[in-house]
Amino acid sequence: MARIIDRILNRQTNSAYQAKERMKLLLVHDRTNLSAKVLEDLKDELIGVISRHVEIDEKAVRIEISQQGREQRLIADIPLKTPTRRRLG
Amino acid sequence: MPAKVITITSGKGGVGKTTATANIAAALATSGAKVVCIDADIGLRNLDVVLGLENRIVYDLVDVVEGRCRLRQAMIRDKRLPELYLIPAAQTRDKSAVSPSDMVRLCDELRAEYEWILIDSPAGIERGFRNAIAPADMSIVITNPEVSAVRDADRIIGLIEAEEKGPARLIINRIKPEMVKKGDMLSAEDVLELLAIELLGLIPEDEEVIISTNRGVPVALDGKSRAGQAFRNIASRLRGEKVPFLELEDQSGILSQIGRFLRRGGG
Repeated sequence: MARIIDRILNRQTNSAYQAKERMKLLLVHDRTNLSAKVLEDLKDELIGVISRHVEIDEKAVRIEISQQGREQRLIADIPLKTPTRRRLG
Repeated sequence: MPAKVITITSGKGGVGKTTATANIAAALATSGAKVVCIDADIGLRNLDVVLGLENRIVYDLVDVVEGRCRLRQAMIRDKRLPELYLIPAAQTRDKSAVSPSDMVRLCDELRAEYEWILIDSPAGIERGFRNAIAPADMSIVITNPEVSAVRDADRIIGLIEAEEKGPARLIINRIKPEMVKKGDMLSAEDVLELLAIELLGLIPEDEEVIISTNRGVPVALDGKSRAGQAFRNIASRLRGEKVPFLELEDQSGILSQIGRFLRRGGG
């Protein structure tokens, strides 16, 4: 067990692992020209627009860029507040 | 047989475009194919010196484009490989001396008589790159397993797609298997996953590359060199043969497993 944990920890500190994780983020931003700041602004605006029509769980909203090969996709996960949850809250 | 025009590019400088161009050209010519390589790096020519043909230049690419000589007069024939020709870059001019349409015209003139036209692109994403990519039927992007080279390769792959010269194929150069094993170098699988394009070749780090470049003899002509073998494999794949990738990875690597599988299947 300890050996497995060691291996996992080592994997996360080895430089190739760090390079790959950094590159994943960097390449998405290079390809889409979307910075973390722009994504955050986009999220706030989306919350604003959607909240005007339907009640949503603002804290749980997630905006991400997903990748398939060299294709990028903007994924918005916006949980709605259900009537039951409203009653409970 | 009409020629196939292949542009070799990278974005970042110093990752091995010129070495790759010289060696793929030499490997293709070894099998008797008629090959022309064009140095599109005007102002910083080097393909001549890597091929060992620097003392034989009379006319260059800009002389052809500006009409000071006929195309044939600027083509240097390699004495070791009689079907290998070089059109050198001009050394005293800059990239603006040639236009993308000049390159298309020049390659069209060569297409009928040669099987392969290889263009060595300059680094960067400006005019020189656009000149080099304009006549391409196929593009090869070369990178090494370093973050800056991978990032620039990704950028250049995007530009190749935008110019509709894709899909580009990837060569990963200067892989050090011991560093990959220790987790201190991106593996071929890592780079391939990040860039998400088709793999054309893996070149191991090999001192023979420097030694052969010192002598002006492409390493692909050296039967014992690992890098030379990797370049010959790339030439075979371009001819449409199925050749397993060199085993450079940790034994658990996906590529080495595929490699072993292919070797078993192919005998």
